[in-house]
Amino acid sequence: MPLSALDTPSADAPEGPSTPGRSRRWKRVAVGLAVGAPLVLGGCNFYPSYGASRGSTTQGQDTFRLFSGMMTTGIIVGGFVFVLILFTVLRYRRRSDEMPKQFHESIPIEILYTGIPVLIVAVLFLFTVLTENNVDATVPNNARITTTGAPVLQVKVTAFQWGWRFDYPDNNVTVSGEVTNGPGGLGPQMVLPIHETVQILLVSNDVIHGFYVRDFNFSRYALPGVDNRFDLNIVHTGLFPGQCTQICGLYHSEMLFSVKGVTSAEFQSWTAREIAAGNTLARSQPPASNTPPLTTHLTPSNALAAPSTKKGSL
Amino acid sequence: MTTTIESPELIEPEEPGGPDANGPDAHDPAHDHGEHAEHGPSGLLKWLTSTDHKVIGKSYMITSLVTFFLSGTMAIVMRLQLANPTSSLVNFQTYNELFTMHGSLMLYLFAGPFAFGGLANYIVPLQVGAPDMAYPRLNALSYWLYLGGTSLMTLSFLVAGGAASFGWVAYAPLSNSINSPGTGTDMWLMSLALTGFSAIFTGVNLVATIFYLRAPGMTMFRIPIFSWNMLVTGILILIAFPVLFGAVVMLFCDRHFGTHIYSVQGGGVPVLWQHLFWFWGHPEVYILALPYFGIVTDVFPVFSRKPLFGYRGMVFATLSIAALSTGVWAHHMFTTGVVLLPFFSLLSYLIAVPTGIKFFNWIGTMWGGQLSFQTPMLFSVGFLFAFLMGGVTGVLLAAPPVDFMTHDTYFVVAHFHQVLIGTTVFAGFAGFYFWYPKMFGRMLNETLGKLHFWFLFVGFWITFVPQYLLGLKGMPRRIADYLSGNGWTGLNQLSTVGAIIIFASFLFFLVNLVHSWRKPVAAGDNPWDGHALEWFTSSPPPHHNFTHLPPIRSERPVWDYNHPEHRKDESHGDKRHREHDKEPVGASS
Repeated sequence: MPLSALDTPSADAPEGPSTPGRSRRWKRVAVGLAVGAPLVLGGCNFYPSYGASRGSTTQGQDTFRLFSGMMTTGIIVGGFVFVLILFTVLRYRRRSDEMPKQFHESIPIEILYTGIPVLIVAVLFLFTVLTENNVDATVPNNARITTTGAPVLQVKVTAFQWGWRFDYPDNNVTVSGEVTNGPGGLGPQMVLPIHETVQILLVSNDVIHGFYVRDFNFSRYALPGVDNRFDLNIVHTGLFPGQCTQICGLYHSEMLFSVKGVTSAEFQSWTAREIAAGNTLARSQPPASNTPPLTTHLTPSNALAAPSTKKGSL
Repeated sequence: MTTTIESPELIEPEEPGGPDANGPDAHDPAHDHGEHAEHGPSGLLKWLTSTDHKVIGKSYMITSLVTFFLSGTMAIVMRLQLANPTSSLVNFQTYNELFTMHGSLMLYLFAGPFAFGGLANYIVPLQVGAPDMAYPRLNALSYWLYLGGTSLMTLSFLVAGGAASFGWVAYAPLSNSINSPGTGTDMWLMSLALTGFSAIFTGVNLVATIFYLRAPGMTMFRIPIFSWNMLVTGILILIAFPVLFGAVVMLFCDRHFGTHIYSVQGGGVPVLWQHLFWFWGHPEVYILALPYFGIVTDVFPVFSRKPLFGYRGMVFATLSIAALSTGVWAHHMFTTGVVLLPFFSLLSYLIAVPTGIKFFNWIGTMWGGQLSFQTPMLFSVGFLFAFLMGGVTGVLLAAPPVDFMTHDTYFVVAHFHQVLIGTTVFAGFAGFYFWYPKMFGRMLNETLGKLHFWFLFVGFWITFVPQYLLGLKGMPRRIADYLSGNGWTGLNQLSTVGAIIIFASFLFFLVNLVHSWRKPVAAGDNPWDGHALEWFTSSPPPHHNFTHLPPIRSERPVWDYNHPEHRKDESHGDKRHREHDKEPVGASS
């Protein structure tokens, strides 16, 4: 939570209105507000969502706070420029044929509007790096226990044309599904325990796919030849729809999946049920790449229109 | 060549120096030259054989506008498809082809060529006081390569297997011969190679023209900003396009000659394509943007009746944007997990600074002016608002975590459409309305122009603001359908309505064009009280552009010439360049 470090400078906030007096002072206050207000706002617990998810993982929550803080900054800075343009355009409409004053530069003002953006960008970059370090932090490859003592569950996610396979090497469970033949038309489901560090190993054997869960505020490419790892710490139970975001051929639109966050106990009983049902790693086949999809959520007319005889993007 | 420009007398231009020079134009400059008065062939043969930058520029503009309308029509089909969750208007394959071709036509064949092949080709020689481009035959070759590439890409819809369908970025390994075996893909690659060379040759021409064919007295800091930006664009083209060509050739070898440059199975690296592609692709963003920045930078002073505010700051901002743009390519690749995030993030952030400088310079130009809102000015102000929102959301995307959150969603789609439509459409049509009287000697109708603007402006916001929200609600790009339970339907329908309004706005544009040919209103040489040299010659200009030139003492010689009483106080460049003025001037550089 990098932005929480800013809770302290919020003491600056009352400074704004409480400084009356000469114009030079006001200028300084205005500059201070322009730079400081977003930071102060960012430091408060007030993060407008702006339509985004607040995050169902600790990483997603970090990302959300960065997003929200940057949106606020953007609205303040962008709003300032917007008002300036609007004012200029309305105020200086042609009123006479008089020739306006032919000024063409003002070095102090030009330095000012170069310097302030540099400052804003520097501050944004600072928070970006702090957040990024949190979001991208992964426990070491072969660790089973994190420094906090919580177990690390490893899940290997294989993206393929067109579906997903979730292998749980620690639990000897595998779940696989093509296009949208999973529960509720949401594709195969990855069940994960909450309040635990889950490390995802994301791979692809055919083309590039995008692993994206909106509620995690996160996406990562499944890149052939690359083992991408990232950690998820889900904070509450729930069903989180996900989808492939990187164009991967004909049925890209249908490559859905979902993540279900459950308690540890529920997770244990789920793995037991899956093993009993025979969904073990031994059953895990290489992805059935380029086979026609089993079912889709298409209407019959659309399904006819879709060239199901064409495999791949011919 | 050795004229000093202290005297208010008009100076004779250099002998037209292009390889195609037919000798100085003998006609009276005050007389309106129709192109019929030229030497050489006329009619269709003139269009096919001409090496005149004005004819080639017009050919470029016509061709690129045709691809623009084709591509826009594809966008409408896609928006109609997305207006309902399980729409069956087009099937998946067609949809994939549509968004691939929409992006390819817009980015490779419209946005760039319209600016550097069309407007720049026509305007840059005029602005710098040259008789033609430096290499007129190379210029013609550029156009014919471009036309060939455009035809190839457009016709690829007709071949068996259809057009390319992997998105305009063609990521390997989806674009290899296993996943995309069709001829359409090969035509797509060929088209990139052809238009790439067309761009490179145009880049060479622009750089050579601006460096070596400037009129006497036009020092580097007196070049109008549009031409300055085209110089920087030309340099960026020379940096970026050869890399794209290399990437395309390697992909072609992978597809046909058994190499494994991008395939894991043969020991290659798929992500190499992304590095090479975006090493071209991000400079390309500025190759697309800088010309359009240049247009509005020329429009604002004219319609404010003031000099540009912060001319030098503007030049340095353009140069630093260009320099930074070569070091930010991997911000398109944050979610690959294999790039150094902080470096590319920082450089991407930094581009906001020179872009901000430009914004304030534009505002400073209008500040205290006498603004009149003819169509070019309206479009330029529209550009400011559009590009402001696109720019601010762009700063967000420079943060890798925010990019993780929004990558490949409609948030990014909305962002780059606001940037690209802000530049290529708003600023592009500002330039079109601005220079149309110069190019054709007739005015466009103001009422129709304003209707065009307002429909476009309103439609633009209705289309793209909902798309930001769709992205934040999790809608990925390049999907042909979605579940009704996702809650994306309403916003998608709103976006579709906006797209139709945008489409309608262009009907006013077409009517306007027809109107100007049916009932022409003569433009005269300088209808807007323009600043740069193009407004000194007739409309349309004679074959060799100028018979005489005004003295060039600032970046707005024509304004100085027409308003001598105002230029004395503090006209830009007067005091500063006095020493230069005393020197003999030729093509000073």
